[in-house]
Amino acid sequence: MSNLVEHIRRLQPELARGASLPRIPLRCIRATMLAVLVAAVCVVAGPVRAKAFIYANQGDTLSMDPHMLNESLLLNFTGNIYESLVGRGRKLELEPELATDWKRTSPTVWRLNLRKGVKFHDGTPFTADDVIFSWQRARGEGSDVKTYVGQIKEIRKIDGHAIDIVTTAPFPILPDVLTLWRIMSKSWCEKNSAVRPVDVRKGTENHASNHANGTGPFMLKSRQPGVRTVLVVNPNWWGKPEHNVTEAQFLPIANEATRVAALLSGEIDMMEPVPLQDVQRLRNDARLKVMQSPELRTIFLGMDQKRDELTYSSVKGKNPFKDRRVRQAFHQAIDIEAIRSRIMRGAATPTGLMVAPGIQGFDAALNKRLPYDPDAARKLLSDAGYPSGFEVGMNCPNDRYVNDAEICQAVAVMLARIGVKVNLMAETKATYFPKVLSRDTSFYLLGWTPGTYDSHNPLFAVLSTPGEGGQGQFNLGAYSNARVDELTRAIGSETDPVKRQAMISEAFKLHAEDVGHIPLHQQMLTWGMKNNIELTQRADNFNYLKWVVIR
Amino acid sequence: MLAFILRRLAQAVVVMLTVGVIAFALFHYVGDPVVFMLGQDATPEDRARLTRELGLDRPFYWQYAGFVARALHGDFGFSLRQLRPVSALLAERLPATLELSLAAALLALALGVPMGVYTALRRNAWLSHLLLAVSLIGVSLPTFLIGILLILVFSVDLGWLPSFGRGETVSIGWWTTGLLTVSGLKALILPSITLGLFQMTLIMRLVRSEMLEVLRTDYIRFARARGLTDRAVHFGHALKNTLVPVITITGLQLGSIIAFAIITETVFQWPGMGLLFIQSVMFADVPVMAAYLCLIALFFVLINLVVDLLYYAVDPRLRIERAPAAT
Repeated sequence: MSNLVEHIRRLQPELARGASLPRIPLRCIRATMLAVLVAAVCVVAGPVRAKAFIYANQGDTLSMDPHMLNESLLLNFTGNIYESLVGRGRKLELEPELATDWKRTSPTVWRLNLRKGVKFHDGTPFTADDVIFSWQRARGEGSDVKTYVGQIKEIRKIDGHAIDIVTTAPFPILPDVLTLWRIMSKSWCEKNSAVRPVDVRKGTENHASNHANGTGPFMLKSRQPGVRTVLVVNPNWWGKPEHNVTEAQFLPIANEATRVAALLSGEIDMMEPVPLQDVQRLRNDARLKVMQSPELRTIFLGMDQKRDELTYSSVKGKNPFKDRRVRQAFHQAIDIEAIRSRIMRGAATPTGLMVAPGIQGFDAALNKRLPYDPDAARKLLSDAGYPSGFEVGMNCPNDRYVNDAEICQAVAVMLARIGVKVNLMAETKATYFPKVLSRDTSFYLLGWTPGTYDSHNPLFAVLSTPGEGGQGQFNLGAYSNARVDELTRAIGSETDPVKRQAMISEAFKLHAEDVGHIPLHQQMLTWGMKNNIELTQRADNFNYLKWVVIR
Repeated sequence: MLAFILRRLAQAVVVMLTVGVIAFALFHYVGDPVVFMLGQDATPEDRARLTRELGLDRPFYWQYAGFVARALHGDFGFSLRQLRPVSALLAERLPATLELSLAAALLALALGVPMGVYTALRRNAWLSHLLLAVSLIGVSLPTFLIGILLILVFSVDLGWLPSFGRGETVSIGWWTTGLLTVSGLKALILPSITLGLFQMTLIMRLVRSEMLEVLRTDYIRFARARGLTDRAVHFGHALKNTLVPVITITGLQLGSIIAFAIITETVFQWPGMGLLFIQSVMFADVPVMAAYLCLIALFFVLINLVVDLLYYAVDPRLRIERAPAAT
């Protein structure tokens, strides 16, 4: 490389002086110059091109605004550009990001020291004012990440790089919750009238939807919504890069077969999710590899335990699901191993708990399913007064979770073996969710990923008795146990980790004894990529470019 | 003529309003966008408030009236999914769809007509049999399967052509075109074949049967008797007289091509309006769906108008019959 440059350099002054022109025919010089130039370009372009990373997902990130939607793809993608006070490492462990350290100074006050010398992509320095501004933006109108800052009562500025966060009540998991609340630049947002996230009700566009100015390792270069979003490396990032990506292109490719074809043909370096039926095909290709690991999402079945008569059932005048024996019979009738190996082609981890390993509060000792036993299930049903079973309607999405409708079909077949006739209604998520959220269901399948990475979140939203402020709002069958509710409230503000874990375990144990829901499995994340790509597949389905290495 | 065009445009307005009514009546069944507009941790109160403020709790005719009232002011609303004006989204996606549709239609015409003529003139040649057999495949195979097969052969196995997207595009004002770059042209090949194949076989079969019909008529016999060359008979007289139905079908099919580009765009991740529409359906993004359907209705009406006008150019009888009435 240096030889070539040297060669060109030596050639140029001579040509300029015209010294050697009479001796060498002009055509030869031109040809030589061209060859040298081409060679030089190739040499220069070689390694640069090798560090461009092209990856595809089934959907596009809907906005560049990190406060617009509480959805993992958007939070993941914008997380390459924007950063939080507290970050998470490759194994989801908490680590300093824009805050260098944090400690609780009183039950409701946390002191955070902010990282010094950090600059936003536009060059303005990061200070405590940006944190306070981002808090107000995230809790204000139009924001969908209110849940991450909802417990914050006040942020006090101590000096330019130290703040006190005051919570409304003792809040032990504040650092965990801070990880998905991104910090934006006060001056940039004010200058570009992006002080609030875009509000659909106002009907005006927002600069921050398609532009970005964060502190993160990558900067937004260009964006065509639904087509292509290009990021370039931030040379002034405060951290020490562990990646070698200089430019990254993010493409949405919705069609599964096309996405697989794009990887097979080498047009893209990585894509997710890989349809399960194509995993083997990609594995068989020597140039490609498939990465699989369990996701944090737990798939489970729920049953209406509130109504005195089920809306969709042949049983009239009473609700069979109010009887614990019926719920247990359903649980024991499900051959989870068959679902894992046949429906999920091995890409699932059966679970007896409503949270996955990796979620704070997960207790491996409790992670036991009731044994698969159709005979026992039939006996339970007849003890409960349904010796010949009954009919029940089941609601199921068909485009939300991996092979969701197929799982429901399998469950229907398994329940038929104990005499329960399931009338399955599988439909698109756009009609499924409005229906089940209005509790217009008797029996349903749902998945849950705790946004806070903590057990309190599913205990509150999925296992608690439905109530005010989102309590039990995804407890669609209204399972109710007063002790679980009480424990959940206490877990929310218990600051002693040992006591807290004991309460979480007790709550999950009670729920399992009640067979409040029927947990099925954690589905696997399935990503396909070229052999020369190394990256980190985090259990929350985040793929940060800062961990991508191209060999 | 002017009165004819004006009358047609008035009909267009009626068609679009009707499409709007039907669309809004159906939107009730596509689901609730609010579930996706707020993340899983939003409270039921938040959802109810957003539903109310967006007016989604009102009856469909009320929502429709609001849509029409705003549309009259040139405001087609705000995409609930992308949080951007619908007009901007459609304008951004329109060039991709039109370029793809026109490429497909041209391909269908440029290959379909000669193939039809050939198979009519050389009815027993082996190539005619081959073309007819292949055309049967074109008619019977569903579009998405053709697209996937083409991707499998030309992208995955041979590696010649891209499997998705539109390649590099060049902006000319608000229009983006892929016709000026190599990658853009390469990216156009597979989708336009996929989209145009059905039309091509249709046109070929139509031209063939019309030609066979015309070749049996008396004036062809007289033309031959006059000693005209085969070339003049076949192309000057026979082909020209088959063109009226061909124009009708091609015109109407162009509308279908634009409308049914949805499937091809989905298979090839072609960033056109069809892909936008599919994504909007999955999200129950009512404003985008409404505007798209009305726009497609407009296309159909306009294309029909152009087809009617082309009749005048091609068929002299229409001009003669019209002439006395006009005076």
